[in-house]
Amino acid sequence: MWKEIVLRPARGMRLVSVLAVGGLVLAAAGCGKPPAKNNANGAPSASGKPTHGCMVTDTGGINDRSFNSSAWKGMQAAASKNSNIKVDFTQSASEADYQPNLNNFVSQKCDLIVAIGGLMGDATKASAQANPNQKYAIVDDNLPLANVFSIQFDTAQAGYLAGYLAAGYSKSKTVATYGGIKIPPVTIFMDGFVDGVAHYNQVKNAHVKVLGWDKAAQNGSFTNDFSDQNKGRSLSDAFVAQGADVIMPVAGGAGLGTAAAAQQANGKYSVIWVDQDGCVSAAQYCSVFLSTVVKNVADATQAAVAETSAGTLQGGTGSIGTLANNGVQLAPYHDFDSKVPAELKTEVDKLKQDIISGAIKVTSPAQPMPPAVGSGTASVAPSASAVPSSSGSAVPSPSAS
Amino acid sequence: MTEPGGGSSPDKDTAGEAELTRDQNRTDAPGVPAPGAPAGRQAAEPAGGTGPEEPTGSVTQRFGRTVLDSILSANTVTVTVLAIFIALVVGAILIVVSNPTLTSEYGYFFGAPGTVLADSWSVVAAAYANLFKGAVFDPATVSGAINGTNSWSQAFAPLSETLTYTAPLVFTGLAVALAFRGGLFNIGAQGQAIIGAIGGAVIGFDLPLPYGLHVIVALLGAAAGGALWAFIAGALKARSGAHEVIVTIMLNNVATLLLGWLIVQKGVHDPTRTDAISKNVDKTAKLPTIPGVDHNIVRVHLGIVLGVLAALGIAWLLQRSTIGFRLRAVGANPAAARTAGMSVGGAYVLVMVLSGALAGLGGGMQVLGTTASSLTAQVTANIGFDGITVALLGRGKPWGVVASALLFGALHAGGNRMQSFSHVAIDLVFLVQAVIVIFIAAPALVKAIFRLRAARSGGTPTTLAKGW
Repeated sequence: MWKEIVLRPARGMRLVSVLAVGGLVLAAAGCGKPPAKNNANGAPSASGKPTHGCMVTDTGGINDRSFNSSAWKGMQAAASKNSNIKVDFTQSASEADYQPNLNNFVSQKCDLIVAIGGLMGDATKASAQANPNQKYAIVDDNLPLANVFSIQFDTAQAGYLAGYLAAGYSKSKTVATYGGIKIPPVTIFMDGFVDGVAHYNQVKNAHVKVLGWDKAAQNGSFTNDFSDQNKGRSLSDAFVAQGADVIMPVAGGAGLGTAAAAQQANGKYSVIWVDQDGCVSAAQYCSVFLSTVVKNVADATQAAVAETSAGTLQGGTGSIGTLANNGVQLAPYHDFDSKVPAELKTEVDKLKQDIISGAIKVTSPAQPMPPAVGSGTASVAPSASAVPSSSGSAVPSPSAS
Repeated sequence: MTEPGGGSSPDKDTAGEAELTRDQNRTDAPGVPAPGAPAGRQAAEPAGGTGPEEPTGSVTQRFGRTVLDSILSANTVTVTVLAIFIALVVGAILIVVSNPTLTSEYGYFFGAPGTVLADSWSVVAAAYANLFKGAVFDPATVSGAINGTNSWSQAFAPLSETLTYTAPLVFTGLAVALAFRGGLFNIGAQGQAIIGAIGGAVIGFDLPLPYGLHVIVALLGAAAGGALWAFIAGALKARSGAHEVIVTIMLNNVATLLLGWLIVQKGVHDPTRTDAISKNVDKTAKLPTIPGVDHNIVRVHLGIVLGVLAALGIAWLLQRSTIGFRLRAVGANPAAARTAGMSVGGAYVLVMVLSGALAGLGGGMQVLGTTASSLTAQVTANIGFDGITVALLGRGKPWGVVASALLFGALHAGGNRMQSFSHVAIDLVFLVQAVIVIFIAAPALVKAIFRLRAARSGGTPTTLAKGW
C-alpha cells in the first residue's frame, strides 16, 4: 500500500507532461480549417435503384493476400465503376460467425451476398434456403440452389502451364510443389502442375521429377496451415535438399517462407506463386518469382456484382474461370523475362492455345462442376462463362441459352 | 459475489467449513485417513487467509457501510465494472481513430471542435448501439414483432445469438476456473475442447442411436474425450512433476494436428465432399433447439441450460463436497495438504480430468449445437483460449464464469452486428475483451486511475493459480 502513496505524485506529474505534449501535438495538427459544407455532393449521380453488394470473408480475413482480398478488390472495382453500387464486407473471426454474418446482411437487405470459400458452403446453403428471395454468390464452391451463383475456377489449366514452364526451366530436372491443406481449391493447382510436367516429359522425352504431389494417389506434402511461413520453409528446404530448383507453394502466406528462403539462396532456386501475381501481391520477393498461376477472383466478383446491378445475374448458375476467359492465367515472367528461353515461352503460349481449343484436355478430380439446379438449367459449359478481365460492364449470363 | 472485505479465496467462514468437512470425512469419505479430520482444519488455514474481523454495530449500519465500502473500495466487483468501462472507452477511442472520415476531421479539430466531437460521438454511439442491438435486442424488430411486420423469433434472435456464443464459453471457462482452484493453470482447454468435439462428432455420425439417447451418449463422448486429453497432463504432473502449462500447451498442438489429420481419414471424412470436412452429425445427436422456432434465426440450444447446470454442479462441488474441499486445499497449499494426509497427485489428476471433461463438453457444443454440424480444422474456434480469459474475468468462481461468459458471448454476438452495420472491425470486440482482462489482471491500475481506496482486507486478488 505504501508504494501507492509514494508513486502517486510522480505518476501524476508524468500524466500531466504526457497530456501537455499530447496537447501541443494535437494543437499543431488540429489548426486546419473545416471544409465548407457541400450538400449537393451527397445526391446520387446515377438514376435507378442503388445496388448493395455485401461480402462475408472466411476466417482468413480481408487482408489474406489471397481470395478474400482479391474478391474484395473486385467488389470495390465494381463500386468504383458504377456509382450506383455500394459494397460492404464483414470478416468472420471463426466458423461460428458465418451464419450470423450472413444473417446480418440478409437483414440489411443486401442485393447480393458474396460468400468466400468452400468452407462457407453449409452456412451459405442454410441461409439461402431460409431466404429464397435473397441472392447469393459463393466463391470456390458449387451450390445447386436457385438463388445462388457459384463462382469457380478451373485452376488446373493454368497449373498445367506452370508445370510445363517449371519442367522446361529446371536445370536440375527436379521440381516440387506443396499445399496448405488438402482441399480441392489447393490440390487442383497441384494436379495441373504435375500433369504439365508429365506433358513436358512426354513431348521432350525428358525425365523431370515432381516432388510433393502424387496425382494418381492424390497424396503429397502439406503445411496444414495457410499462415505459418516456417512450415512452408521447412518443406521447401527439404525439396531443395532433394534437388528441386523450381517450387510452387499453394499455401497462401505459408508459401512466403519459401519465397524468403529462395531470396536468401540467391537464385539457387525459383518459385512459382499462386492466386495473385506475386510481383504485385508479394512484390518484395518478385526477384524469385518465375511466374504466377493467377486465379482471377477479383474479376469474377466484380462481374457478379455488376450483373446484379444490371439485373442479369441468374441464381442457380455460375461461372467457371478458365484460360479461355482469363479466369485463370499464367502471369508475366517479370524479372525472369530474360532468363526464360524464348523457345520455352513460345511452347507455353502454344500449350495455352491447345488447352483453350480443347486439343489438350486438363483433368483433375478437384475440377469444378457446373451447378445443376433441377433438370433444365444444368447447361453451363466451362467456356461459356465470360469473365473478362478488362470490362466491368454487365457480362452476358452464362446460361443465356 | 460482492464479498466486501473478502479474502483472496472464497473461504469466508473457514472454521465452519472445516467443521463441515470433518463431519463429511467421518461419515462419507472412508478413503480419507482418520488424521485427515484435524489436519483438514490445518489445511484450511492457508486457504482462508486472514479471516475478516467481525464488524460491530447494528445490522443496518453494518449493511450501509458494507455497501458504501464495496462501491468505493477496490473490491472485485468495482474493479470488474470499471475495467469493462475503461475497455469500452479505449474501444471508443479506437473506433474514432480507425474511422477515416473522423481522423480527417480531427485535422481541423480546433476549427470546429463542436462538430468534430459531435460526429465522433454519433459514430461511437451508433457502433455501441449496434453492439447492443446485436447482443440484447433491437427495438426495431421488437416493435416489428408487436405490429406483426416481422416474427417474434427475429426479435429474440440477438439474445439467442448471445446465448449461443455463451454456451461453449461457460464450459471452457469453468474448465479453466476449476483448474485454477485446484492450483493448476490449464492452458490446454483448447486441445481438450478439440478432442471433445472429435468425441462428440464421431459418436454423432458413426453411432446410430435413437433420439434422446444419442445426444446424451454424444455429450458423454465429448466429456470423455476432453477428460482423456487432460488426464495425460494431470497424470504427468502427478507422476513426474512435468509442468501442466508446458504439457497442455504442447497437447493443444497435438490435438489441432490430430483433428487436421482425422477429418480426411476414411470413416470420418465426408465422402461426398473433397475438402477437409467430416461427415455431418446425425439429427438425433443434435442438442434440441426451441421447438416450433426457425433454428436458422433463433439458434440457441440446450447447451446454455447445460452450462448453467454445470456451473451449479461445480459450485456445489467446490463449496459443499469433500472432493471440492480437497481440491481447494491442494490448490491453496499443496505442502499443507500433503501433510494433512491428502493425496496431492490424486487431486491434480482429478482436477485435470474434471476440467478436461468440462472443456470437452464445450467443444462438443460446437458440433452438437447449431454453430456447426461437422468437424473442420477450425471447428472449435478459439473457445479454449477464450475460456482462460473468461475464467480470469470470472475470478475462478462458477457464477463469475457464467457472468463473464455471458459478457463475452454478448460482445461477440453484438460485434458481428457492429461489424456488419457500423463497419467497425470485429477485432475491436476482441480488443475490448483483452483490455478488460488486462485491467482485471492488474487491479492496481484500476485503483490508481479511479483513486479507489484499498479494500479493508484482502482486496483484489492478482494471482489465481500458483502454477509457477
